[in-house]
Amino acid sequence: MGNAKPTEDVALGIRRRVFEHSIRNNGGYMSQACSSAEQLAWLYNEELRFGEPTLPVIPKPFGGVPSAGNAGYHTGAGYNGPSEPQYDRLFIAPAHYALVAYATLIEVGRMAPEGLEMFNKDGSSVEMIGAEHSPGMEMHNGTLGIGLSTGAGLAWGRRRKGETGRVWVFMSDGEVQEGQVWEAVQAAAHHRIDNLYAIMDVNAQQCDGAMSTVMGVGDIRARFEVFGARCVEIDGHDIAAMRQAVKEPHPGKPLIILAHTVPYHGMSFLKRRFPRLHYVRFRSEEERAQMNRAIAEELGIAPIDYAH
Amino acid sequence: MVEMVTRPYAGAFETYAVAHPEVLCLSADLTSSCEIDAFRDRHPEQFVSLGMAEQNMMSFAGGLGLAGFRPFLHTFGVFLYRLPYDQLIASVAYPRRKVRLMGFLPGVTTPGGMTHQAIEDISVMRSIPNMTILETGDASEVESICEAADSIDGPVYCRVLRGSVPRLFDTPIKVGEMRELGAGSDVLVITAGVTTEEALRARGALEAAGVSIRHLHINTIKPFNDEALLDHIASVKHGVITLENHVTEGGIGSLVAEIMADNGVGKKLIRLGLKDTYAHGGSRPYLMRYYGLDASALVAGVERLLGREFGIAEADLDAVRVDAVHSAAKAEAL
Repeated sequence: MGNAKPTEDVALGIRRRVFEHSIRNNGGYMSQACSSAEQLAWLYNEELRFGEPTLPVIPKPFGGVPSAGNAGYHTGAGYNGPSEPQYDRLFIAPAHYALVAYATLIEVGRMAPEGLEMFNKDGSSVEMIGAEHSPGMEMHNGTLGIGLSTGAGLAWGRRRKGETGRVWVFMSDGEVQEGQVWEAVQAAAHHRIDNLYAIMDVNAQQCDGAMSTVMGVGDIRARFEVFGARCVEIDGHDIAAMRQAVKEPHPGKPLIILAHTVPYHGMSFLKRRFPRLHYVRFRSEEERAQMNRAIAEELGIAPIDYAH
Repeated sequence: MVEMVTRPYAGAFETYAVAHPEVLCLSADLTSSCEIDAFRDRHPEQFVSLGMAEQNMMSFAGGLGLAGFRPFLHTFGVFLYRLPYDQLIASVAYPRRKVRLMGFLPGVTTPGGMTHQAIEDISVMRSIPNMTILETGDASEVESICEAADSIDGPVYCRVLRGSVPRLFDTPIKVGEMRELGAGSDVLVITAGVTTEEALRARGALEAAGVSIRHLHINTIKPFNDEALLDHIASVKHGVITLENHVTEGGIGSLVAEIMADNGVGKKLIRLGLKDTYAHGGSRPYLMRYYGLDASALVAGVERLLGREFGIAEADLDAVRVDAVHSAAKAEAL
């Protein structure tokens, strides 16, 4: 699957869908689409070895949380294909990127556009903070910091079983403020877990604003390298750079790609909100209309016809 | 004289893990303290050292579970839920990974003080959906804890005794089955873990005083067999006493209180244990005496329940078993 269209077009499609959804729903995680569209497009359209989806293109409603009595329970990983030894696995560690991840599933044909209409609706599995039963998700990653550790454990287990599929974790830079990330890297290095890969959206902002003002984290690449990972820095909007970065040899170490991004890339209007871009709400109907016109034009589409 | 068994977990884990290659032995730098040092040396391919990083260990174990392994996590009980609580929920309990949490030094069984004493672990674990809780009270239960834990379809937390452990029973743990150690008709005494031995110390003196004790030993705290408990409560005239190596909030005392209240049982209940307090560092017998978790505390509880004084002195109770502070059975004095 994948490659039905160029990855650049997938990235543009992700931005368009997230923009349209946010304008219609009076706000949303728009800046996450701006910064991460190329990364998720590249992962799904080119890099990840996934099988055909095993779940319906129109998501089923919420089917209950895991419990001994919930016999029909399953995760949303089936949108990424079956969990077979040769296939890769992906965790979206910052689960608030779910809207962007769902848009990606639609762009690569793994979910129907109707799926996004179910976003954050009561009784839906297409949750705002991606749960493990949400499309494309296998882990409940709303707690930042747990993704890479879980990926390391899964990768260790898959290597032990002789599985050839890799474990990928999509991360965000704010996450490195959590100590668990560093515990995960040191463990992955200690156990030479090199079937573990991460790509991190380094957009230098977090919920409270610019990371430099909230809790500076210094040179992330140097830190990862010192803790024992192989780390490559790229322009996170340059797909050719991603193709190159993943070729970096990393024997005995996890490979972490730091994708430096601009959180208003492709939606320049948002620059005036920088660095408070974690969740964009409109300050007025006037601003909403203004944003609609400006961003639609930049994305090459007609302004969204939304209910006032 | 009760038989003492040295390091029962060490041999039991090795035997079980060797026979089950999908079991992995995880450790967080307390390998000899959790009696898995010989296993590490003899089976390094089945041993995963994760260092002093319990948050990562918990999520890593979740990933191993996802890959089809059944990791046994070994550390002190406190380090399995205080430091990595969010990871315990998100990576293990919520997704029902088959992760076996082997918590050593339950309650006041360590002189390590507040930081080492898991005094509210049962309360925490009881409130976590999908969690199973087992507690060992003697060497036979420690010897059978691995098989019992690994039979659970989901995560399980175990309170494990280590070092020199008395053998009180001659049968293994049967998950979900409480042990009836006395079938009396006056007072129902409910114990678990090390408090069972304390209740046994008091039994002779109480019987001599004419009190007929019905005694239950609990090794499966969650899920719990409510019906069996209600039958036992119905079999005694005066009421129920729980004695636990834990705070009285959220543990076995609370569990019994909830079942009694839910079922409209109008009998007295006295909950003995740590009363809304932390403990400090000291020997197990000293701490159990100081905080009212021992045989004398149970006698006083029975007196209070019945409104009578028996005049039972310490000398009337069976001897307290005193462990050597430094012994070959323990890796360190903790």
